[in-house]
Amino acid sequence: MNLAPHASILAIAVPLLGGFALPLWAKLHRRLGELWLFLVGAFTAAMVVLLAVQVFTGGIQVYTLGASSPGETLAPGGFPIRIMLVVDGMGAFTALISVLVALVSFLYAWRFLTEDHGKTLALTLGLLLWAGMLGMVLTGDLFNFFVFFEVTSIAACGLIGYRTWEARGVEAAFKTMVMYTVGGLLVLLAIAVLYGEHGALNLAYLSSRIQGSLPDRIALGLLLGGLLMKVGAVPAHMWAPDAYGEAPAQAVILLVANTQASLYGLLRILFTLFGGITDPVVGWLVTGLGTVTLVVAALMAVIQTDLGRLVAYGAVSQIGYMLLGVGVGFTVIRARPEYGLVAMQGGIFHMLNDAAAIGLLFLCVGAVERAAGARDLRGLGGLSHDLKWTAGFFLLGALALAGIPPLNGFASKFMIYESSFRLSPILTALATLASILLLAVFIRAFQGAFLGPRGKPSEPEPFGMVLAMGVLALAVLALGLAPDFFVRHLVAPAAEALWQGRDLYLAAVLGG
Amino acid sequence: MTGNLPFVVCMVFVALGLWTLLAKRNLIKLVIGLTLIENGVNLFLVALGYVQGGAVPIYTYAPPGVRMVLPTPQALTLTSIVIGLATTALALAFVVVIWRHRGTLDARKVRELRG
Repeated sequence: MNLAPHASILAIAVPLLGGFALPLWAKLHRRLGELWLFLVGAFTAAMVVLLAVQVFTGGIQVYTLGASSPGETLAPGGFPIRIMLVVDGMGAFTALISVLVALVSFLYAWRFLTEDHGKTLALTLGLLLWAGMLGMVLTGDLFNFFVFFEVTSIAACGLIGYRTWEARGVEAAFKTMVMYTVGGLLVLLAIAVLYGEHGALNLAYLSSRIQGSLPDRIALGLLLGGLLMKVGAVPAHMWAPDAYGEAPAQAVILLVANTQASLYGLLRILFTLFGGITDPVVGWLVTGLGTVTLVVAALMAVIQTDLGRLVAYGAVSQIGYMLLGVGVGFTVIRARPEYGLVAMQGGIFHMLNDAAAIGLLFLCVGAVERAAGARDLRGLGGLSHDLKWTAGFFLLGALALAGIPPLNGFASKFMIYESSFRLSPILTALATLASILLLAVFIRAFQGAFLGPRGKPSEPEPFGMVLAMGVLALAVLALGLAPDFFVRHLVAPAAEALWQGRDLYLAAVLGG
Repeated sequence: MTGNLPFVVCMVFVALGLWTLLAKRNLIKLVIGLTLIENGVNLFLVALGYVQGGAVPIYTYAPPGVRMVLPTPQALTLTSIVIGLATTALALAFVVVIWRHRGTLDARKVRELRG
């Protein structure tokens, strides 16, 4: 059977069903569960890679459910009423990020978690979260976007709070749940407004109908509000440091990927759904929120004494950089495409770089917690004697995140600095300042946790965890050493799909 | 001839829910606030699909020539209710665990995570 035409639906269905089946296999035998997870993970990854190859070589891929053939997008009567998946360069790029992060997360969890600490259930939730992310990224209609948004919300909160034997994780999960649910309901309200106005849920069809009337603008405001809550931008960032700080390491990196998927939703709405109406105010709003986020989060990172929360604030700050890049791009791309495009590419490239670098740091935090049993910097020290790999990886991730050349953070941050400078030098100054602060904070954290005299001896990290961290470390190095290659083959098509691909997107669904 | 009154009522629900989230400190009441917003949005969806004098949207049952109310918002509402059930159940489960650990439901007292 030829699976290639069905890659996009299989990429969602397999992890969803595989996730629910995982506890059953694990109940029979622990090894069977691990084998099943491996098979589901490998198959889904293969499907997404196949899909990405199709998109990058053959253009937008459309898959219509319930039609006699996947390409039959319009129901009789010329109206796109069926559920469909539409994948363009940006969707494929974000799906690839989620694949990288999910595979690393499962590999890490293999030795990081133990069965009496809910390993199988955590992996089940991980698979469901992955399925939700892929659904958000691949879907072509707004209501399914909302459904998958809620799937990721529930799975993510489950992952943050499943360690019910500690209070902190559950408190963070409750806080996150409130924010995610309100965000999701704002998105649903916006969908209701758009449906009432235009009588459709299909993204492409809606996009062709939106003229910028008052209900359209209300819907845009609600969608932006809901998605920014889920992305974790200031002032709706309160959940993010708690969630990133308290969830177990293998779950945190999935949460980071989930943030990228929500950011994808934001971009899709700004550039495709509302691509027909331009409003510089929206661009300035995103730019401003991004700048505030990166500065506030970097300042908050300075005063943290808990290693997990310190890295968590670093992660929130990186979201600010992505918003800054994309916001600058959105503001100026019509007037000055040459540097607007650079800004967009910088913001999008930073999504990938952030997933690799901050993911690496979170995995190191998990390794520290496992070895030392604590994360408070005031009590840690000398861990580099036992955790040689982790110490090296932490330093690599910290330097990459602070934007030290030749690591990957520098490549994308430089693109953001270069283009935001043309919009306003103040933005660049603030972004650079935040980077310097983060470097200082991470160096202090490194020194506090890893350097100094050997404390009580701790057992070194197991091979599976080193391998998982090694994959991300390799990604950090590769992205930093050959940024041009990745920008040309992955990032540029993604930025192009957002900026100029709107007409292609509409044509792929609605026909020529 | 109710005009926009149903939509106003729905928005009042949403506003009440948001006010509950901002003003109340009891975790159970926060969950109630969430369900209030959710019900407001669900009612909004159903009200949106109503057609004056419309029939039940079952194709074979509706008398010929009579307009049917829109079926899609009802399908959406059903999905949204199911999702709402899951989020409410999960949030309440978290509240139970927090109560077991901390012995209180006051949000000001349970927030160990600050700053």
